Formats: sequence, C-alpha cells, structure tokens
Amino acid sequence: MMNLTLKIWRQKNASDKGQIVDYPLSGVSPDMSFLEMLDVLNQELIEKGEQPVAFDHDCREGICGTCSLYINGRAHGPQTKITACQLHMRSFKDGDTIYIEPWRAEAFPVVKDLIVDRTSFDRIQQAGGFISVNTSGNTQDANAIPIEKENADKAFDAATCIGCGACVASCKNSSAMLFVSAKVSQFALLPQGQVEATDRVLNMVKQMDEEGFGNCTNTGACEVECPKGISLENIARMNREYLSASLKG
Amino acid sequence: MSILDSKIPEGPLADKWTKHKNEINLVNPANKRLIDVIIVGTGLAGGSSAATLAELGYNVKAFCFQDSPRRAHSIAAQGGINAAKNYQGDGDSTYRLFYDTVKGGDYRSREANVHRLAEVSTNIIDQCVAQGVPFAREYGGLLDNRSFGGVLVSRTFYAKGQTGQQLLLGAYAAMNRQIGRGKIKMYTRHEMLDVVIVDGKARGIIARNLVTGEIERHSAHAVVLGTGGYGNAFYLSTYAMGSNVTAAWKAHKRGAFFANPCYTQIHPTCIPVSGDHQSKLTLMSESLRNDGRIWVPKHKKDVDAIRNGSLKPTDLAEADRDYYLERRYPAFGNLVPRDVASRAAKERCDAGYGVNKTGEAVYLDFASAIERYGKEQAYVKGLNVDDANLVTDLGKKVVENKYGNLFQMYEKIVDQNPYETPMMIYPAVHYTMGGLWVDYNLMTTVPGLYAIGEANFSDHGANRLGASALMQGLADGYFVLPYTIGDYLAHDIRTGAIPTDTKEFDEAEENVRTDINKFINNEGTKSVDHFHKRLGKIMWNKCGMARNEKELKEAISDIAQLREEFYKDVFVPGTENEYNEELAKAGRVADFLELGELFAKDALEREESAGGHFRDEYQTEGGEALRRPEFQYVSAWEYKGKPSEAVHHKEELKYENIEVKERSYK
Repeated sequence: MMNLTLKIWRQKNASDKGQIVDYPLSGVSPDMSFLEMLDVLNQELIEKGEQPVAFDHDCREGICGTCSLYINGRAHGPQTKITACQLHMRSFKDGDTIYIEPWRAEAFPVVKDLIVDRTSFDRIQQAGGFISVNTSGNTQDANAIPIEKENADKAFDAATCIGCGACVASCKNSSAMLFVSAKVSQFALLPQGQVEATDRVLNMVKQMDEEGFGNCTNTGACEVECPKGISLENIARMNREYLSASLKG
Repeated sequence: MSILDSKIPEGPLADKWTKHKNEINLVNPANKRLIDVIIVGTGLAGGSSAATLAELGYNVKAFCFQDSPRRAHSIAAQGGINAAKNYQGDGDSTYRLFYDTVKGGDYRSREANVHRLAEVSTNIIDQCVAQGVPFAREYGGLLDNRSFGGVLVSRTFYAKGQTGQQLLLGAYAAMNRQIGRGKIKMYTRHEMLDVVIVDGKARGIIARNLVTGEIERHSAHAVVLGTGGYGNAFYLSTYAMGSNVTAAWKAHKRGAFFANPCYTQIHPTCIPVSGDHQSKLTLMSESLRNDGRIWVPKHKKDVDAIRNGSLKPTDLAEADRDYYLERRYPAFGNLVPRDVASRAAKERCDAGYGVNKTGEAVYLDFASAIERYGKEQAYVKGLNVDDANLVTDLGKKVVENKYGNLFQMYEKIVDQNPYETPMMIYPAVHYTMGGLWVDYNLMTTVPGLYAIGEANFSDHGANRLGASALMQGLADGYFVLPYTIGDYLAHDIRTGAIPTDTKEFDEAEENVRTDINKFINNEGTKSVDHFHKRLGKIMWNKCGMARNEKELKEAISDIAQLREEFYKDVFVPGTENEYNEELAKAGRVADFLELGELFAKDALEREESAGGHFRDEYQTEGGEALRRPEFQYVSAWEYKGKPSEAVHHKEELKYENIEVKERSYK
C-alpha cells in the first residue's frame, strides 16, 4: 500500500480562477487504476461532506476518449500509448507527489475542476469529417471495390483516434493538427473518400483555425503522447491534401 | 387474450418485412419538415437513427449524457458484426443467420423480428463500407471474416478489436453531416429524466443540463430511446460508468412495459476482479476464442501449486490440463455460446479448479495458436518449420496482428504478458437481452414512444450471440425504425409543433424537481456508491449466473430494504445548479434499486432455465439449461407504483419456421 500527496486543480466553474489544492491519500493499492485512486479520494471527501473532484471518465477501458487528465505534466500520465483510465498505480511509488491538472488550451475551456469542454472537436468533424452518403442501404455491394490491404490498414490506424485531445494538451501551440489529420487521412486513403476530398480538408482546417487551435511547428509531442499512437505521417498527408485542394480551389 | 399486440405482419416469414414496408404509411418530404423527433442516446442505435431520420427530412433533437455523441458505449464493442453475406462461401444464408440467432437465444425471441434482422444485416455492411468504415481486409483487397460463438460459419466482419468504435464513428460521422446541415440539434451533457405523455402519446421529455443543472422541456411528435442496457445494476460490469437504466425506467413508469428483465448476458471472457477498489470490469473479446483454448488443471494438487506460485501454467503437461469446453462440447469446442461458456467456467471454479488466488479464474491460452500460425508462416516463407524459437516469433506476430490491442489492454491491467503466459479470465455482466417491450414496429406500449438497440428486448431472446449487438443496433437505427416510425408520424402531419407550456409538461417537470430536491436536501451519511456497491453484491450473488427460488426471494426483500435505506441515508454533496456528478448518480442508482427488484421478481416467475437465465431447480442431468414449454412466452411487466406490485403480462411465442428442440452444442 502506498501513501501519496495529490496536488489537484480545483476550479468551481468556467468563470472561477481556480487553484491547486493538496490532498494526502493513504492506502493506495498498486493494482488500482489511476481513476480508481481518484474514486477513493472522492469517497473520502464525500464522507467528510466536501465536494468531490470532478473529472471526466466513462468506459474506463481506453476507448471512449472521455478521460483527460494531465498527470505530472504529461497527458494521460507517465506511460505511453494508454489513457489515464488504463494507467495503474503500480506506475507510482510510495511517497510520490502527483500533480493532476485539466487539459490546457484556449479551445478547451475548463467546465469544472479537471473537466474541459471539447465541443470544438465535434464542430471540426461537423465541418467535413464524413462521406456524404445517405443511409438508404442501396449502396453497392461492400466487396465491389477492392481496397489494397496496406491502405485499408493505414486508414484503420488513422481511424483509431479516440478524440481525447491529448495531442492538443501536449502541444506547445495547442494545435489540433494530429486530430484533424487523422480523419482527413482515413478518408484520403480510401476510394470512398476521394469524391469530397477537396472540400473536406479545406472545411475542416478552416473550422480548426476558427476554434482557436494553434499552428503546427513539427515538434511531434502530439505523436509521443497520443494514447492510440496516431502517426505524424497523417499531418504530412493532410498538408499535401490541403496544398492540392488549395491549388484546385 | 393478451393485451400485447406484437403487430407481426401476416404472410410467409421471408416476405413479412418487404410486405410490411410496402403497406405502411409514408410521410411526404414536405411534411417531414413539419415533424420533430426526439432521440435519446447516441450509440449505434440512437446515432444511426438520428442520422437517418434527419436525412429523410425530419427535425431531430438528439440527447446524450456524454460530452460528445462519439463517446456512447457502443464504442467499446470489440469483436465484430455479423452479416449473412456468405463471402466465405461456407454455406451461410439469411436463413442460417436467422436460425442461429433464434437457437442462440434459446427459443425465446420472435421469429419475425429475427428474420428481419438477418435480412437487413447485409445492407449494414454495404452501408458502412460506403461511409468509409475501415473493416479488416485480405491481401486481395476484399473484406475478411472471422467466426463467433454458437455458429459454424465465418460471418463476422471486424476492424481489429475495435469494431464498435469504427461503426460508431461511422454513425457519428453521418450524424455530424446532419448537425452541420442543421437537421439534427445535438444536446450533449444532457440527461433525460422523464417522458411527457399528452393525450396518451409520448410528446416530449424533461432533460437536465448536466453542466448548468437547468431543467429543460423538449417537445416532439415522437420520442425514441436508444439508451442501452441496464447491466450496471450489478455495479461491476463491462458497461461504461455512466451507462444507466434511467431513461428506460422513467418510460416504464409512464406506461411502457418492461420485458424479460432477468435475461442478462454474463460474458465468459473478462479480466477477473482484483480487489474491493474495482470500479469496472474489462472484456476480452469473444473473437479470442477463435484462437484461444480454455482450460483449468485436471488435478487439485496442480491447482494448489499454481495458486501458491510454485507451478507456472506453461510448465503443466498437456495431459494434466482439462480443456473442459472441448471435452464437453466437441462440435463447437471453445466457440460455444456465451451463456454455455460462462456456466462451464463457473462449474469448474465452484468445483475448486479456479486458477487465481480467489479461485475465480480460468485460463485462455494462445500457445497452440501461436505455434500453428508460426509453422504456417515458416512454411510460406520457406523457413525451417522445426525451429521452435523462429516458429514462436512468427506466430506471435500473426496473433499480434489479429488481437494486438486486446493483448496490450490485458497486459496494462494485469501486468502479465499474454504472449508468454495464458490469460486469466472469468465471466462478468456484459449485456442485457431484456428491455422495454416493443412491437414489430419497435414501438413500446406507449404510443409514439419507441425503443431501439439494447434498450428494447426484441431480438436476442434469452441469450445474445456474439457480434449480434452491433448488428441489431444498426439494423434498428438505419433500416427498421426509419420506416416504421413513418407509419405513426403520418398521422401527425397536421398536428403542428407540440407546445411545452401545458399541464403535462408542468407536472413532469415538477416530478423531476421534487426528486432532485429530495436528494440535495437529504441529510444522509453515505455516498451513492456505497449503496450501488451493495446493490451490485445482491444482484451478483442472488441473481447472477445461477439463480434459485430461495435466493431470489431474499434478493427481492434485500433490495426493497436497501432502497428504503438509500432514501433515508444517502448523502449528495453540492447543489442542483451546477455540474454535480453525485446528483446524477443518485438518480440513476435510485432507478437501479427499483429495476433490481423487478429483475429478481421476473427471474422468480420464470420457473425454467433459458439462455442467460439459469435456475438451479431446472437443469438436465448433465447440468445443461432445462427449458419448459409452458414458459414459451415473453414476460412484460406493467408498472403499478412499486416493483412488488408490477402486473405480469405474457406474449406467447410461436415457432412456425423453426422446430423448437433441445439446444445442443455437443
């Protein structure tokens, strides 16, 4: 069992200034997940009649993209290729001090404590992250267009983005390029995505800029911290798509 | 005569759906613009129906409690989606998918619904590919398939271990297109807390904005619930933390009958519980049983040695292992359906052969698959097939390609490498076949109130086969509801917008406010989780994988008592006018505490074993489920104030195209 000092960002609501508050926590098992450790803290706070720490979480198996904790200065904590809900306390040791903060970005305003508003991501997807085909069920047979396995696999890899925002939180410019390029790449690699390729990339990038995300300066922190290992190659591909779309447009 | 009218169309089974579509009313495009539809939940069923109804021209308002529709728990489905494409040429057909699903459901589902599901299954795959869903492909560029439990063909389409994610993101993209066009108004971080009934019809909902705490009124001509299942009544499950029964339960309280609540799927391959701190359980996809072999030691002395760490499972000789599924069910082996596999694991663990410290785990072993694939690869590459190290390395790569993300997930949680040592697994609550009763049109017993996907009861009978949940969610949302709801809405083209300043909305909002104030002002001492965990223990111990009369009766009184204690002693910090997760949880647990009692009552009434519902009193000599012909009906419960007073209705099930037989996988 471990004893920890937690330094947690507390902020009542979007207009509150917010501050780091210290919480000692004892009896933490190495088999607990990081979020289960926060559950234990919250139960203690509730029993004392205090407000529990608000944090976003849902599936707790690394796929919904809801959890969004900045732990000791890193998105989703010290391990790579996992989300905070998959992080276990065996990654820490007795006596550790752990800083827990929300994602920090202009386009992700804090809702409360560790919860941020990521609806800007949804608005970027609404601007073009789709193929315009109605759900009639009258499309051609699924095997009518063979797709080269390599492209299908790369499209899949890009499509595994969970939309958590770790890329933005890790970027010194708060850029959303990795997130946007993952969707642009998924469709750019598939024949179904070609028809609207020009509009898609122009519209999504325009929305990204309007939401207040910063520029990409190729430092690559996003790729390092991405829990799904989305590759920087996607950004390069989006840049090519954007360039050719701009020339056409 | 039952008061339940399933409205199954006349005619031969294979023609029913086509005939029905030809005969029901349509709404012309100009009139669709005058009609509003509310959809609660944005998973596969809710998301796909929202997109489709908006494409058709209806004004859709969609609600989810998550911060984005993309986060609904359909996202976590791993293994795949069934479709009767017969791309593998292995004898699959619409009839076989229909037959497997009815048999898999232990002859407790409706023939007509299941046949329709099998018919539209092929459209789903075409549609999803057109949307850019990146399914797994073979080197020739065509789609790949794999096999799932309870069937003898390969009809499952997949995207590694993230099929649910890819399908949901497809539906989310289709929704986004309509949100961008203004045809869907999306309300995220909103929770539905009541249905509003006007002149006997569902005409709106009361929702709480989870960020500001505001109580909102929303009206529509019809309300659709795609709000998922209620497995979190067990506290520990593979559901997301926020998954809840509240929307369905409020609908039940407003007159929607609740069907077969006791039919719960306990999935055989989940990561075992590690301690009291546990907040949720993680599934290891059924697809792993394509290649993993399940076993426990044959002898107790080896069990003891493994538990105390003096023997490694990899060192136990082949002859000392009991591959109990292969032994008991030679025809289906490790790919028996989930209910059968779960009970077999429980049987071995109860007999003392469990392999972890708590005695509640069995092995899922990939060693022979790694060797088989490795040899194949070595042969293809012209390398030495007798070089054991080489074969193992090559085999691991193949397994990684197929299941990499699942193996990684396992390693992160358990801290053991499943390429080197067998996984430990144990059954956990995963899905609920029961849900709101619906007719063939997916309408509940409340006119204008629909339930789709896991929220309804209709297609899986007493046990759901793997890779069928995604199929049903998308079938309901893309291809069934959009037709059937038109038949109802055709009568509303002259109704005009539904006002929200009426006494019915006043009354519903007042109800919601009363409940919220009760929690906020309750001077209790214990957290919501405290009660939720206790409910989960009762459910798991007395309404779990095996049930009996004595324990079910105890469960009923235990839950009623716990509910009373909950209302007296629950403490909810904070206020109602802010983001307050404890308040949201209190409302959900209050509903689980009522549902749990009805669940036990339903299990007690059903004096037979069928699928996921196993009664100790009703089993064959070989320990298999014993179905009884006199229980060949759907139980639909009508709310009368308390679960104990719920009124039982029956919908008789008729099998005209399938012979009801003993369900054997031997």
